[in-house]
Amino acid sequence: MKQQKWTGVLLVNGALLLLVIVWSIPTLGLFISSFRERTDIQSSGWWNIFPHRQWEMVSTYDPKQLGLDPNSVMSVEGVQGTFEQLREGIQSPDGKTRVTWIGNKRLGKVEVQKQVWTVTWDFTLDNYNEVISARNVTITKADGSVETIPGQNMQQAFLNSLGVAIPSTIIPIMIAAFAAYAFAWMNFPGRRILFIMIVGLLVVPLQIALVPILRDYSRLGLNGTFLAVWLAHTGFGLALATYLLFNYISTLPRETLESAFIDGASPFVVFTRLVLPLSVPALASFAIFQFLWVWNDYLVALVFLGVDPSYKVVTQRLADLTGTFGNDWQLLTAGAFLTMLLPLLVFFSLQRFFVRGLLAGSVKG
Amino acid sequence: MTQLVAVEERQLSVVARFVAWIGRMFLAVIIPLIAFMVIYTGFIFLRDSAAPRWLMALVAIVWGVGGVTLLYWVFNGIVERLPGQWTQRLQPFVFVGPAIAILFWYLAFPVARTFWLSLFGRDGPPQGASLIGALQSNAFVGFNNYVSLFTERLLQEAIRNNLMWIVFGSTLSVVMGLLVAVLSDRSRFERVSKSLIFLPMAISFVGASVIWNFIYEVRPIESPQIGVLNAIMVPLFGTTHAWDKWIQIVPWNNLFLILIVIWLQTGYSMVLFSAALKGIPEEILEAARVDGANEIQSFFRIMIPYILGTIITVWTTIIIFTLKIFDVVWVMTGGQFGTHVIATQFYRQSFTARNSGVGSAIAIVLLIAVIPVMVYNLRQFRRQEAF
Repeated sequence: MKQQKWTGVLLVNGALLLLVIVWSIPTLGLFISSFRERTDIQSSGWWNIFPHRQWEMVSTYDPKQLGLDPNSVMSVEGVQGTFEQLREGIQSPDGKTRVTWIGNKRLGKVEVQKQVWTVTWDFTLDNYNEVISARNVTITKADGSVETIPGQNMQQAFLNSLGVAIPSTIIPIMIAAFAAYAFAWMNFPGRRILFIMIVGLLVVPLQIALVPILRDYSRLGLNGTFLAVWLAHTGFGLALATYLLFNYISTLPRETLESAFIDGASPFVVFTRLVLPLSVPALASFAIFQFLWVWNDYLVALVFLGVDPSYKVVTQRLADLTGTFGNDWQLLTAGAFLTMLLPLLVFFSLQRFFVRGLLAGSVKG
Repeated sequence: MTQLVAVEERQLSVVARFVAWIGRMFLAVIIPLIAFMVIYTGFIFLRDSAAPRWLMALVAIVWGVGGVTLLYWVFNGIVERLPGQWTQRLQPFVFVGPAIAILFWYLAFPVARTFWLSLFGRDGPPQGASLIGALQSNAFVGFNNYVSLFTERLLQEAIRNNLMWIVFGSTLSVVMGLLVAVLSDRSRFERVSKSLIFLPMAISFVGASVIWNFIYEVRPIESPQIGVLNAIMVPLFGTTHAWDKWIQIVPWNNLFLILIVIWLQTGYSMVLFSAALKGIPEEILEAARVDGANEIQSFFRIMIPYILGTIITVWTTIIIFTLKIFDVVWVMTGGQFGTHVIATQFYRQSFTARNSGVGSAIAIVLLIAVIPVMVYNLRQFRRQEAF
């Protein structure tokens, strides 16, 4: 019986560990790679930072001195093989050493290699420097040569993202909180039908609105401005925000609010002094949700912010990088991690609220 | 107290009711309008100034957020100074009006406007034409846009792919989420493991695309692989099996994209299932155990039925989500190699090809696809009778 229980625990934790590893490897690989030298990223996997066996040179010979003829079968250091086989490397029968021909037939040399445990730990901040900086950056390469390249100026995109995300989070929450309060605690004609409309709009895909709103914006000269994006995120997030906040605010204790009304407080005072402070958990949940959503949004920014590079947000810049520098992994990894930095911080510090927001039923249109 | 107001409303004269409605509509429209004007003016001013970017961003934030707050405060002040009755009649609309007006502008009207656009050719109805004039113009094509959507390969491929997204993406997200929730519920490492599985939820699709592109990266077989997938594949099967080759294998290359979203979404379903599982009364599980049910039996016979409601909710949420999937496909392939989905076709038609007629028709198709969920939501809402 006890035996069975132990295997159960082992099975559960083993399976869980496997899943966690599989789920973490993608992010971990990106994170580690972003700190590796650019040549390292291109030539070896990021897992080489972990101890691994690698062939390392012990001694070299000049084939001419050994009297080897590359056009026939050669015998060196106890192994035999043709030039092609030697190019691939031939292991000695006991597997401890390997003989490899480096270079071409005429000028090459023969290396005797041994397998050793090693780690590749050449970490650098150059990648981040190159991605963040607005100016030219000088990169020192592995061979000591220096190269000057223009920085990708992600710092600007980062500021743009902040400028987009903060108002796009606060404005809809404020408007939604007022509305949710009115729906929950005030009586007015049309209350029910208007709320039903909000529930109906919860799942309306935002694609439906992009073309008409873009037309309105071009009439108002708003295209390509932050204001356009703030308003768009406000409009698209408002239904969910009102719905979630209503669910919370309508469950506030009736006695507390009623006694305030009896004391002669106006609805506005009750709202600001009582309802808002009491709703902080719900407000925080939605704020995190909306912030992550706006920060990570690509479509709305793409449509309304347009092509002016100085107004692009991080997701746009990162997508541009994948298009233009698809193989420059040192840029892509550092850039991607930079865009994830703030969401991850928010996520780790406020995970509790985020989870609560999700549990409150977050279906976004 | 609130009851009184409602009764009073019915006793009002027609004139007073009319004035009240005018006032309410006025408030609902005027507050957002003024807010918009205030922010807009400030914005133009900021845009034309030469201040450093961070300062502009800061001022813009204060301006935008402060402006909206101030406006509520001012209008509430005005309404509160009206005679008592009128305050009660109008005040709710100071609170609820802006939200309703914005929702109308951004979601409700666009449904009708997009449908209207979808009946016209690539440039929409002629400028300045009246309703009837537009219908009589050459630009009016009726339902031809919809016909061409379904007869040309354009949307057929996208719909097939979206179905794959729904079948594989949402199902696997739900299954994996359930698996993690059940496993972590029995583990001492619940918090850590849930956090790590949940973490991708914070990552953008664009970021996730970079991450997975790196995993799918393929190198010539003789040189060392730098992508995890091929680093595993090459020693095991002696051949590179990733993106580069798979990209040609339509439609299975979609699975490579779907995998990314499963990775992102499992955390979401896990959190909801985990909470639902904790809601199962311990006595039921205990009773089943006493009756000799093993773990697998109690999982399928008790847990699954008990959290069925949550499973349906999560499933529909992820289905809606995958229906609108855009970023991943757009960044990874741009819709090439037979990976277009409805949302990427929408974007391509509306903004790259600038064919607003076809683009709008696609958006309407997308809306029709979510209508069952909308109806379900409304039914649930009615049943709850929260009002």
